[in-house]
Amino acid sequence: MDLSFTAEERAFRAELRDFFHTAVPDRIRRKLREGLHASKEEQVEAQRILNARGLAVPHWPVEWGGQNWSPIQTYIYQDELQQASVPSPLPFNCSMVGPVIAEFGSQVHKQRFLARAANLDDWWCQGFSEPGAGSDLASLRTAAVRDGDHFVINGQKTWTTLGQYADWIFVLARTDMAAKKQEGISFILVDMKTPGITVRPIQTIDGGVEVNEVWFDDVRVPAENLVGEINKGWDYAKFLLGNERTGIARIGISKARLLRIRELAAMEHVGEIRLIDDPKFREKLVNVEVELKALEMTQLRVVAQEKYLPRGKPNPMSSVLKIKGSELQQATTELMMDVIGPYVAPFFTEEELEFRNEPPIGPDDAATAAPMYFNMRKVSIYGGSNEIQRNILAKAVLGF
Amino acid sequence: MDFDLSDDQRLLKDSVDRLVADIYGFEQRKALLASSDGWSRENWAKFAELGLLGANFAEQHNGFGGGAVETMLIAQAFGRGLVVEPYLATVTLAGGLLRHCGVASLQDEYLPRIAAGEVTMCFAHHERLARYNQDYVSVSATRAGDGWQINGEKSLVLHGATADKIIVSARISGAVTDAGGIGLFLVDAAGLQRRGYATQDGQRAAEISFSATPAEAVLSLDAHGVIAQTIDEASAFLCAEAVGAMEDMHATTIDYMKTRKQFGRAIGEFQVLQHRAVDMLVELEQARSMSLYATMMSSETDAAERSRAISAARVQIGTSSRKLGQEAIQLHGGIAMTMEYKVGHYFKRLTMIEKTFGDTESHRARLVAAGTAF
Ligand SMILES: Cc1cc2nc3c(=O)[nH]c(=O)nc-3n(C[C@H](O)[C@H](O)[C@H](O)COP(=O)(O)OP(=O)(O)OC[C@H]3O[C@@H](n4cnc5c(N)ncnc54)[C@H](O)[C@@H]3O)c2cc1C
Repeated sequence: MDLSFTAEERAFRAELRDFFHTAVPDRIRRKLREGLHASKEEQVEAQRILNARGLAVPHWPVEWGGQNWSPIQTYIYQDELQQASVPSPLPFNCSMVGPVIAEFGSQVHKQRFLARAANLDDWWCQGFSEPGAGSDLASLRTAAVRDGDHFVINGQKTWTTLGQYADWIFVLARTDMAAKKQEGISFILVDMKTPGITVRPIQTIDGGVEVNEVWFDDVRVPAENLVGEINKGWDYAKFLLGNERTGIARIGISKARLLRIRELAAMEHVGEIRLIDDPKFREKLVNVEVELKALEMTQLRVVAQEKYLPRGKPNPMSSVLKIKGSELQQATTELMMDVIGPYVAPFFTEEELEFRNEPPIGPDDAATAAPMYFNMRKVSIYGGSNEIQRNILAKAVLGF
Repeated sequence: MDFDLSDDQRLLKDSVDRLVADIYGFEQRKALLASSDGWSRENWAKFAELGLLGANFAEQHNGFGGGAVETMLIAQAFGRGLVVEPYLATVTLAGGLLRHCGVASLQDEYLPRIAAGEVTMCFAHHERLARYNQDYVSVSATRAGDGWQINGEKSLVLHGATADKIIVSARISGAVTDAGGIGLFLVDAAGLQRRGYATQDGQRAAEISFSATPAEAVLSLDAHGVIAQTIDEASAFLCAEAVGAMEDMHATTIDYMKTRKQFGRAIGEFQVLQHRAVDMLVELEQARSMSLYATMMSSETDAAERSRAISAARVQIGTSSRKLGQEAIQLHGGIAMTMEYKVGHYFKRLTMIEKTFGDTESHRARLVAAGTAF
């Protein structure tokens, strides 16, 4: 056992850090640091900078742009990317549909979609959840019926993140009504421009528009857009979710938040002293830091197990990362609220913040503290809610 | 001790509950938030008609002659409805300052007009560097002829952009955080430079600049005690408002758990979720009790005792509302993350209440400094 990083790993880290800080414009990274969102154009710009350097999809097969890194290298990459406040390569492209196509898609699919997904030439969104199928995803009812060389899709998806920007959606649809829940589902790629698709944006409680409802009304999709075999979609969906088994804790993002909290707390005063010098505040801060350090070590242990596990198979320990990682992301947003104090109140849209002529109200980042706190309530709900993660651990690890 | 409402109080409660149910549907409120003032003068007139705007004013001022309990009942109903009219600013804050200032001429002039819904007011007190220190006042008041002149900037003034009259705290003497040397002044809002904006919870606030602004003295002696008393009453109001919001949020969550089906059954059948809903109930009951305590103590004349009680209530309610709010969202899942569902709006209001007139930490610090919560 040797718990320190090797010289090569440290050099690898330094190289990535340098690249992220110099190649990705500070104008974009600053927005993320201050709690704003990258626009669609900025997300594309950043991902293309990474992709040009082979850093958008390092975990894909080498043939399709992957880097053949060790799990530790992949971890270091994520950590540095997040700490540098670089927008993560679009997860729907890079961690979801891309790996599924690379593993189960036809050669035609791979050639048609993978390079474009890596370069964000196509923007993908995830059409899994439905109004009646959230945690119980397998109860989904959107149906795809074969008609000659097409599927005809009818139904509704919801919570589709950034679907308003999307060129393509990957959909789980029921192709066998008679089969048992999980067994009649297929994984289908749908061009968002196909007639019969309607997208309705939903405003989230932070005031932004992040999710959508997507309706399918007799949407005719070429049969060749089916990924892999008919009625095997559930397996591919499990592979997709299993792929995300270590990145989920977003430790680098929490580290970046804590750094920003320290910066701002050094500028804010409580009476005569700076907030950062207030022992009560420090205690809270340190408590979060300790938990984050523990989670980082846990994450490294999970990462180290990777080499013993078959690819795409979920590791129940990733549920520990999800639970604690989401709680800590939420805890950092509460600390930020403490720092900003009464100035969390004024509300401005992100457009107003970016383009307004009037001076900001209150300390730096005041306008993003509350929206971030509101928005981050989502991380314990999506990607398998924390209750579902506990069910997984109770069953798979504790044997109940 | 008697926890039962009197007949008059029950009547008041029923009528304000009915009014709020009637004029504060989800879509009605949404339209209000989108309007330019952010609240409705029509609703305001209805409040006046019901006697809500003078609920705790003396009868000689066209008031209802009620006290803290009446205010609590109104605040709870407003919390359930997520009411956005400038009640706290006009009636509780400005009205409170006028009631406590002891100047009969000002009371006779303004309280009846507030009660009749003819004038809205606000209290311009907070400043950029005050954080939660109520004594931080840098805005200055200087004599000018028969009257006074105000200079400086006030910040986060609740409903400051639409108020007709502004009561502003200003320093007559002493250093910027001295408890002594603060006065209260009445300013006509017309012609003032005001920058209004919405807050996260759909309320409104403003930044206000005073520049040689002519003002009439409300209290040119030591206003510290009057300000402290009034802000404590506002805190009691916010506690009751929070309880109203929490009640509905909890009830909505329970209803949802009984109807939302996943895995072939209502999610409320999962015992692990039942226990969470029960923990929310415990928080709600603790909060409700402390809101009553705050109501009872808000008119305590021993200022130190009153402020300890208020801080204790704020600590309990700040903690409970955060837990309950976070759980309400979690137990709903995605639906509660949207602006199209009431729970998220409650969550935002509760979060902002926690940051108004001191946050949980600052109230805890007040108790720590006092050495005891009793
Ligand atoms: C901001 C946001 C973005 C999203 N983006 C996408 C996207 O791009 N694409 C997509 O397909 N989906 C997306 N989702 C949907 C997300 O995956 C679902 O919200 C999630 O699966 C939970 O489903 P639900 O919201 O229907 O809640 P429900 O499943 O109805 O759950 C309600 C509550 O019950 C609990 N619960 C349910 N079952 C059990 C059980 N067996 N035991 C104990 N507790 C249980 C849950 O944990 C939760 O607390 C997004 C969600 C959000 C909030």
